[in-house]
Amino acid sequence: MTSIVDHVPVSFEQWQAAYGLTPERDAPFSTMSAVPIKPLYTERDLPAEPDRSIGLPGQFPFTRGVYPSMYRGRLWTMRQFAGFGTAEETNERFRYLLEHGQTGLSTAFDMPSLMGHDSDHPRSLGEVGREGVAIDTVDDMETLFGGIPLDEVTVSMTINAPAAIMLAFYVVAAERRGIASEALGGTIQTDILKEYIAQKEWCFPVDPAMRLVTDMIEWCSQHMPRWHPVSISGYHIREAGSTAAQELAFTLKDGLTYVEHAIARGVDVDDFAPRLSFFFNAQIDFFEEIAKYRAARRIWARELRDTFGARKPESWRMRFHTQTAGVSLTAQQPLNNIVRTAIEALAGVLGGTQSLHTNSFDEALALPTEEAVRIALRTQQIIAHETGVVNTIDPLGGAYFVESLTDRMEELCYEYFDRIDQLGGMVEAVKSGFPQREIADASFELQTEIEDGRRIVVGVNAFTEGDDSGTPILRIDPALERKQIERLSAAKSDRDSAALERAFTGLRAAAAGRQNLMPVLLEAARARASEGEIVEALQEVWGDYREQPAF
Amino acid sequence: MSATTGRRLRVVVAKPGLDGHDRGAKIIARALRDAGMEVIYTGLHQTPDQIVETVIQEDADAVGLSILSGAHMTLVPRVVELLSEQQADDVVVIVGGTIPGDDVVSLKQLGVDEVFTPGAATEAIVEFIEASCGRRARMPV
Repeated sequence: MTSIVDHVPVSFEQWQAAYGLTPERDAPFSTMSAVPIKPLYTERDLPAEPDRSIGLPGQFPFTRGVYPSMYRGRLWTMRQFAGFGTAEETNERFRYLLEHGQTGLSTAFDMPSLMGHDSDHPRSLGEVGREGVAIDTVDDMETLFGGIPLDEVTVSMTINAPAAIMLAFYVVAAERRGIASEALGGTIQTDILKEYIAQKEWCFPVDPAMRLVTDMIEWCSQHMPRWHPVSISGYHIREAGSTAAQELAFTLKDGLTYVEHAIARGVDVDDFAPRLSFFFNAQIDFFEEIAKYRAARRIWARELRDTFGARKPESWRMRFHTQTAGVSLTAQQPLNNIVRTAIEALAGVLGGTQSLHTNSFDEALALPTEEAVRIALRTQQIIAHETGVVNTIDPLGGAYFVESLTDRMEELCYEYFDRIDQLGGMVEAVKSGFPQREIADASFELQTEIEDGRRIVVGVNAFTEGDDSGTPILRIDPALERKQIERLSAAKSDRDSAALERAFTGLRAAAAGRQNLMPVLLEAARARASEGEIVEALQEVWGDYREQPAF
Repeated sequence: MSATTGRRLRVVVAKPGLDGHDRGAKIIARALRDAGMEVIYTGLHQTPDQIVETVIQEDADAVGLSILSGAHMTLVPRVVELLSEQQADDVVVIVGGTIPGDDVVSLKQLGVDEVFTPGAATEAIVEFIEASCGRRARMPV
């Protein structure tokens, strides 16, 4: 007599019975965000109306991609984030990356620049040029992009609290080279809500910070048609330890909040929504990530069309950048990180990303060396040119598991939307620390799973080896801090003090009033005011921000 | 439990410098609290002076510095120096973050008791603090 296990199952029920007789491994059959996963997905798991919820690429609700041709028309932009030392060192790295086939630039700023401090501020000590490039004045911005065709290459800048100031520096640096703001293409992050939620680099209280974001959106809608004034970012939320669903929900809610504010300002939704872009993390749980991107597109399209009444299809399209998860990199056996990054990057591509940054394997140790960066870029090129995954659009579309998980991500996202709405919206939720607490809880839960051994991280809590030293790392020369301070003091000593005085008077008056701040920030940039001087002038009017520390 | 006073161990968890990456610091703070210690978390963007002031005011047995900005070779020695100036050399100093191997050696030479890099288990950190505070307490004064 044969057991049911030996039979070839002919129906779902027979398969189920056969499966039930097989002992399961002792493993967490759930995503890394604790979403339970069934042993098998079938057509029973597909959405009730696949034509409406899945549809076609380039068609509402864009589950299968924002463009009709996706990677058959154009590959994603390979955009490696770079920045260290002074503008000169970073300019050199930018040119290196362009020479090696990178197709867009992405700027990492140092901590003082992110916090609105000049390099000579006492709090900048030891931090100048360490985690990104130090930019103090428009002169530094000009050096940073020296010799790079700003009207051809798109440039991304990862800066938030002082984003409006950096944008002013960038516009004036281009202006000095005879390039009009209308010709500049690229993105500046500007997503201040996620700073309070996760990344924690702020300059001002929440309300004036939201005004500054809205000023930029409004100004860019009139003067920078090729520019993305906000890149609504889940990346940092995820790095801070959120689940995939939290990343999705908090990011989209942040984005919808900027939309609300801009509409309240009187800007037509179709005049700015097409220029909003997104930035997501690619973690190691492969299918969960793909489902997250697909769900994100669908939710954004629906909210923009149905809740905010956008009429242009461009306003419904959620285009996004992806970066592989820095937090998934391990200091132990660092070469394993090349594999992790490749899998994460593949998830981004199968999720339909518009641009991609792949982390370098040595980044759990320090900023990456040139060799490590090159391997990271090559990883993207291998996915693009060798694997064949680009040959058809959304190759996983219609897969029972992927569609079901996409639906689940969407449900989890709307559950969070409801909770946030009950708190009075995202601005109020952030002020009350709600997303911050949710993330801290999720991150502690994941850490506990790893420490209990329920979740395995190769090389960390299993398959460990002894000594991991010997990976060469990039060292930032401490002399660069002095060099930058000298550059700043040279710039400060060579200014028209009357023009500077006029710029600051205008800035303070505008900050206290209601007019759009971009024109006065441009004047300040032209007068070569430093970032720190501008931030301090605004803080005199607006105050600064302190977080209530909690854990 | 401190061997000298019999009270619970008091630990300051601090974020020196400008970096806002507080995931690690918060996890450690929770784990230490769950292990029965009294934890004072300073919050973000602290100067070395502010941190040492907190350590003194709170009469802490140990201080954990979480730093991921690459500024550790400037900020950590300053904390150690200030503790020494305040005759608080007996406070156990641990550092966590992305610290390259060579710097781990240098920091220990400068008086840091231990450095924990990415992947370190919170249990190991708890055990280290308990053992070090106990050892310090038994040393003759």
